[in-house]
Amino acid sequence: MTHQVQKPSHSAIKSAIRGIVASTLIAVGAMNAAHALPEDVEKPDLKFGFIKLTDMAPLAVAYEKGYFEEEGLYVTLEAQANWKVLLDRVISGELDGAHMLAGQPLGATIGYGTKAHVITAFSMDLNGNGITVSNEVMEKLKKKLPLQPDGKPVHPIQAKYLKEVVDDYKKEGKPFKMGMVFPVSTHNYELRYYLASGGMNPGYYAPKKGDTAGTISADVLLSVTPPPQMPATMEAGTIYGYCVGEPWNQQAVFKGIGAPIITDYEIQTNNPEKVFGVTKEWNDKYPNTHKAVVKAMIRAAYWLDADNNKNRKEAAKMISASNYVGADYKVIANSMTGTFEYEKGDVRQVPDFNVFFRYNATYPYYSDAIWYLTQMRRWGQIAEFKPDSWYMETAKSVYRPDIYAEAAKELIAEGKMKASDFPDFATETGFKPAQDDFLDGIVYDGSKPNAYIDSFKIGLKGKDEIK
Amino acid sequence: MLNATANFLNKTGLTWFVPFVRLVQGDDPSAQIKNILMMIGVPIIAMALFLGVWHVAASGVQTSLGAIPGPAQVWEEAIGLIDEHHAEREKAVAFYERQEKRNAAILERNPQAEVSIRPYTGKPTYFDQIVTSLYTVFTGFAIGTLIAVPLGILCGLSKMVQTAVNPLIQIFRPVSPLAWLPIVTLVVSAVYVSADPMFSKSFIVSAITVTLCSLWPTLINTAVGVASIDKDLINVAKVLRLSWWTKVTKIVLPSSLKLIFTGLRLSLGVGWMVLIAAEMLAQNPGLGKFVWDEFQNGSSHSLGRIMVAVFTIGFVGFLLDRIMHTLQLLVSFGENEQ
Repeated sequence: MTHQVQKPSHSAIKSAIRGIVASTLIAVGAMNAAHALPEDVEKPDLKFGFIKLTDMAPLAVAYEKGYFEEEGLYVTLEAQANWKVLLDRVISGELDGAHMLAGQPLGATIGYGTKAHVITAFSMDLNGNGITVSNEVMEKLKKKLPLQPDGKPVHPIQAKYLKEVVDDYKKEGKPFKMGMVFPVSTHNYELRYYLASGGMNPGYYAPKKGDTAGTISADVLLSVTPPPQMPATMEAGTIYGYCVGEPWNQQAVFKGIGAPIITDYEIQTNNPEKVFGVTKEWNDKYPNTHKAVVKAMIRAAYWLDADNNKNRKEAAKMISASNYVGADYKVIANSMTGTFEYEKGDVRQVPDFNVFFRYNATYPYYSDAIWYLTQMRRWGQIAEFKPDSWYMETAKSVYRPDIYAEAAKELIAEGKMKASDFPDFATETGFKPAQDDFLDGIVYDGSKPNAYIDSFKIGLKGKDEIK
Repeated sequence: MLNATANFLNKTGLTWFVPFVRLVQGDDPSAQIKNILMMIGVPIIAMALFLGVWHVAASGVQTSLGAIPGPAQVWEEAIGLIDEHHAEREKAVAFYERQEKRNAAILERNPQAEVSIRPYTGKPTYFDQIVTSLYTVFTGFAIGTLIAVPLGILCGLSKMVQTAVNPLIQIFRPVSPLAWLPIVTLVVSAVYVSADPMFSKSFIVSAITVTLCSLWPTLINTAVGVASIDKDLINVAKVLRLSWWTKVTKIVLPSSLKLIFTGLRLSLGVGWMVLIAAEMLAQNPGLGKFVWDEFQNGSSHSLGRIMVAVFTIGFVGFLLDRIMHTLQLLVSFGENEQ
């Protein structure tokens, strides 16, 4: 210690003032953050379900990077056997929440399949799926396709070429069978969208008649298989192709049993994929807990996309652990690091194959919810005409950007994120501008669902009903 | 002394060591060496042959997950599982340390705050899964025994009960666990509702499925054992005018104990087999879930890990059988002594 007495200089006073101002600001910041102290969480012990797919990564990252614990949450992550079991366990309360198909909270809330009010305040990712066909189909397909000078097929492979193959099968009296993962799954709608864009009818549902198979007037018969079982089911010859999330398309390439023909990124650029779902009852009982969960997951998604995906290799390593996705690192890394392998050796760049945070990927847009509802109506899961206002109300009761905004604002106040990382909450309407990035060129405007439904060649429209 | 030791080893199923003990004590060395060669040499040669055939045959079968792993790869996977276990335990230690720090911070902000130490939230290791499976099978087996033994005694004592229960036994005994499981799951979900359950639902479902499938051998053997008690003994009870309870505890139970234990031994074996199937199907924690998860993972390690599980299941089943066998020998003391 020095005993020299110093006259306070001008700059010293300035810095003292600066210090006082800064500490006041910190104190104010702390007060702002005070309602988010870990001890305010109503239910610290949580169990979340997930399906073995790469897009469960935000959950794994939030756990492994300690984001959950920083919010005072002690989370157990548990792989589930299939989407139905997962949804049922969330509804029965065995799980507090889960990685869900975007269609699941919507389907459950409107009562298609299981009836329960499920909501989401967090969208888990964009893209991440593909459509794969068996080697046998691929060989037949290649005879019809335009090829690049190097002999590899031109991508994306248009559905009209697949139609020729399907027609050949039909001539031989063999129904063309494909798999998807759940009746209200993104994959079901994507596969249907793709097939219909090539002039094939993927079949209608008629819930009023008790028909939940969805194969009425179908050119291609679609059936349900849980994601990790897809490659084995195709290998066994039960289905000729499937639409599933990663890594189960790349797994087919590595196993040498099939080849992806298109990714969902090429069907619709940056299409919304999984969400994090909880029941409305759970949210009402544990609002602070829900907010804390969303905060941790926003940080996880941010980490996954930070600095041009520099953390992706670490993330791929993380989820290749047997308790998460469990497939080999090289299979998972293939799509997680911005590439996609269409056939052995045919690796192409798809930098946005998996998007977790960019383009406001985590924000739950009403227009995304309404898109799913239009597809449910198109294929008959919503059996009868509904006015535009119904689509709006349903979307608002399921998608909860309000909870998301609260969580995001706390993260900004705590200095963990910047306001520029998020949409401007003061002006955000929850509707993306009209989207024209679908492979068939049809424009989607979320504010006019019925006009959109009527613009499709194949599918129910207007007051159509399956009698 | 010599005979007592040998007797003990025979009883506990450690028959392999008997010739060694005799050899050490100098009891007819040449005969003992011959014994040793027979009892240990032959199984070792058989095991070596099996491993050799496995090693050669495995590399010839190409699956979509790669070649079937040989003994060496399976051994490596086993080591890998042990390493994972240790790594997970270290993570658990760090988890508790972080928690203590966080609790201290909470108490600093608010000394009245209630803090607690929460159990580790990481994944169960391979050894955790084995423990879970064992715990579940014993619970199911215990419930099954509590039902089967009294019911079996009633069946054995009374012709009427026997006739009444017989059709039920005949119908339910051959039912596969895979058929019981959905019913049990639905019933447990409907009946077992509690905000803070003491046991997890999955545990109850697995245990009850084990009970339903494993109680039959005990029930049948108990009934047979009780029915075939020496008539003289029953007559003695009549002459002495023993009360019903005394008759059951002093005469019926002791004289049918040997068959009851035969039943229990069969039941435990069935229970262990059933449990793995139930865990696989219902994704309930345990070795069965481990196998199914690995099948779904489809990684290059999966096949080897599944094989480790197969050997573990077999080995644990063998141990359980030895334990029951020893118990059976202990209770049938005085009978069948060589």
